[in-house]
Amino acid sequence: MGLEITFWILAVVGVAAALLVVSLRNVFREALCLVLCFLAVAGIFLTLSADFLAAIQVLVYVGAISILIILGIMLTREVQRGSPANRLLFPAVIVAGLFLGVMAFAVVDTPWQISGVPPVEPTISALGARLFGDGGFILAVEIAPILLLVAILGAIILVREK
Amino acid sequence: MVSLQHYLILAVVLFSIGLYGALSKRNAIVILMSIEIMLNAVNIAMVAFSRYIVPTLLTGQVFTIFIMVVAAAEAAVGLGIIIAIYRNRETIDATEINLMKW
Repeated sequence: MGLEITFWILAVVGVAAALLVVSLRNVFREALCLVLCFLAVAGIFLTLSADFLAAIQVLVYVGAISILIILGIMLTREVQRGSPANRLLFPAVIVAGLFLGVMAFAVVDTPWQISGVPPVEPTISALGARLFGDGGFILAVEIAPILLLVAILGAIILVREK
Repeated sequence: MVSLQHYLILAVVLFSIGLYGALSKRNAIVILMSIEIMLNAVNIAMVAFSRYIVPTLLTGQVFTIFIMVVAAAEAAVGLGIIIAIYRNRETIDATEINLMKW
């Protein structure tokens, strides 16, 4: 019962914050609503008993990516022009609505094979064993830092003063 | 009782909102924010599948970690590109950045 109430509060807050992100005029307020949406998603992870991912969500999204976006807003001085829509406003509404309808129908109509096993909790040691253990994802774990290194170098080279 | 469908519908709603924002906005930073919302929606779907279909394998949570790595890299490079464009063109309006548009 408590889980249900938590889920609905977090879902409503998350969807409302996401709607504000795409509908407000002020870009900076949109970024703050995005932070609220990220926090709601972290709470959703907690209700799914993914404690490690909730912590990472707060650290990476709320802590790092939102700061990066706010810095981008400050460095580009585009705040005065707000966030206007382009010519594709109505096609975008139609495409997003169609996607929502089709995917919602598919989700409701599919007979999911729900497993009754209780989830692993806490997940940190289980995730570590899964990532680094036998038959795990060790190659992907080693590729990920290379990707991050390339991204950092690319960002530095892109924004460097000539 | 909260079921898998609840989480998947939530993920679909968030993804649609992000899709609408990414398609309809002119400000490049707002487009980037919409893409982050879409990635978060995918993460919710991944973790929900992991929780309800393979609760002991945690495969969805592992995928979510890699999605977060790629999202962080994408945000850094995307904002770098936006700032570089702003230096050259004095605008980040996606409808005015049309040098390579056919």
